[in-house]
Amino acid sequence: MSTVLRRSTLARHGLVFLGLAIVLLLLTSFVFDSYTNYNVTEVAIYAIAAAGLTVLTGINGQVSLGHGALMMIGAYTTSVLLTRYPDLPLILMLVASIATTGIAGAIVGLAGARLRGPYLAGATLALAVALPQVPSHFASVFGGNQGLTIVAPAPPAFLSNFSPEQWLAWITLLAALITFFVLANLVRSATGQRFRMVRDNEVAARLSGVDVARTQVLAFVVSAACAGLAGSLFAYWVTLTSPSGFTLNLSLSLLTAIVIGGLGSLSGAVLGSFILVYLPVWTGGFASSLNLSSNVANNVPLAIYGIVLIVAILVFPRGVAGGVASIARGVTRALRASRGTGPLPAAPEAPSQ
Amino acid sequence: MHLFVIYTVTGITNGMVYAAVALALVMIWRATRIINYAQGAMAMFTTYIALVVIRHGAPYWLGFVVALATGMVLGAVVERVLVRPVESRPPLNAVILSLGVLILLEAVAPMLFGGQTQSFPVPVSNIDLVAGTTQLDISPFDLFTIGAVLIAMLLLFLIFQRTTLGLRMRAAAFNPEISRILGIRVGRMLTLGWGLAALLGALAGMLAAPAVYVYPSNMDEVLVFGFTGAIIGGLESPVGAVIGAVGVGLALSYVSGYVGADLAPLGGFAILIVVLMLRPQGLFSFGRQRQV
Repeated sequence: MSTVLRRSTLARHGLVFLGLAIVLLLLTSFVFDSYTNYNVTEVAIYAIAAAGLTVLTGINGQVSLGHGALMMIGAYTTSVLLTRYPDLPLILMLVASIATTGIAGAIVGLAGARLRGPYLAGATLALAVALPQVPSHFASVFGGNQGLTIVAPAPPAFLSNFSPEQWLAWITLLAALITFFVLANLVRSATGQRFRMVRDNEVAARLSGVDVARTQVLAFVVSAACAGLAGSLFAYWVTLTSPSGFTLNLSLSLLTAIVIGGLGSLSGAVLGSFILVYLPVWTGGFASSLNLSSNVANNVPLAIYGIVLIVAILVFPRGVAGGVASIARGVTRALRASRGTGPLPAAPEAPSQ
Repeated sequence: MHLFVIYTVTGITNGMVYAAVALALVMIWRATRIINYAQGAMAMFTTYIALVVIRHGAPYWLGFVVALATGMVLGAVVERVLVRPVESRPPLNAVILSLGVLILLEAVAPMLFGGQTQSFPVPVSNIDLVAGTTQLDISPFDLFTIGAVLIAMLLLFLIFQRTTLGLRMRAAAFNPEISRILGIRVGRMLTLGWGLAALLGALAGMLAAPAVYVYPSNMDEVLVFGFTGAIIGGLESPVGAVIGAVGVGLALSYVSGYVGADLAPLGGFAILIVVLMLRPQGLFSFGRQRQV
């Protein structure tokens, strides 16, 4: 068994994610209250989009300032379809949103494959500003500025004691786990290797026979598909899909989340999404306890988020996860030095059965 | 035909505001290889300060000078305190840092100045001029906008091309190592460059404010369109940035006039993509690319 686990990344990841799934589903079902479930759902939605962005920006080296616009495509796919055909099952909505956003990602990726650095950032930024204006022009399809209202998915009959928040938390966490399972394997695969080669040295990658443009477009499609899934779940979560939900801030938040969490690691995407959701929750509570005027209190979370970003970049250039890791390394080194022992010997090979 | 003239004048006027932003971005890009995403937010902040000055009874021009001066100080402080430590780090760090500044400024502005949208005064009339009996499609404020940006550009050109200080700044941007050996205070030159760029941004903020009003994210779109113009022109070329930005202004004005205002940003995006498909470094960048 342990040989299989050591040799096969797939089996190892499978086991880890199965364990996580059981823990998370138990937590959402029996431990968390509605409000926590609501927030956890938001964390999972952002984590899905941020994980996709991690693959694109962290692993493949392409910066996107327009992932909020891609999420918007996913959300509108779900909302438009549901308004027309209210009886279609949820899984079909998710798949349809992944498909449309993936196609959009392929188009953006084809355009983006020739662009580098600030040129790509500028093009995606222009998309992030342009796309939210489209629904108000085609109001008959997209509901204009008021947006489209949909109904949150109801739990199936045999789970009738479930609240809608719990059921959506279940669905979203499951979707997030599947996404992370797929991405974790992708990152470890030969494709993931090619993603990194293109990021680290394009010329060398090309000399080793990697089709750079194709690799970049593929990374964009994978990333956009994640954004589409996140967007679809986002539509269910807010139940109202309108342009004001997909401002430039959303795109910028996703990018800042993956950097603050630690660029290039999928766990960093989770950490960043957690900070993105819970920093306003905690600081908002703190601000309202201070009896400040509403103009001040409403903006305290945003100001603290800005300060956290600036400080994190100045103090932890490798993200909060990297910062914590280096602090931990520093502490172990100090402990070891005080005990006067050398570096720990490598762990002995586990006996195989 | 008459509509076309109106759209053209609007396009050029807006384009000049975008050009000021584009030029500010290009100045900073050439000096430090950083795109300052907080440029718009900094301009928003200095415009608020001007508004406070004007609301306290001071004349418009005092507010104008105060905005440009605080803009310059803000730019210099941001470079010296925040940007300097990340200049040698991976480019994404500087991106996130400037986004942090953007978020912080957009959060602090409503705390200090109130969250509601406020109108902004014009120094000269913004009603179209009339010559004899013919209605001209340009207002004194349009002329002021175009003139102010042109003068600012001319002054910058003279500083950079005709003064020793400008030569030092160009040298510091072009080759920091050699410049340092030659005794140029490279750090100071970069700080000054950021200050001048932010001054230009503050000017754009003042000129945009009567039309876009004043609220914390009022300059977001102006920044994006200025950035679009700078990219179309090519980030290496100040002249290209100005031409690109005026082009974006015209394109947005035509699309919003003939097709629909909602689709103007999409038109800007489409033009950006078409130009970049033909020339991935923008129209006026002639850098050599390493190819295999």
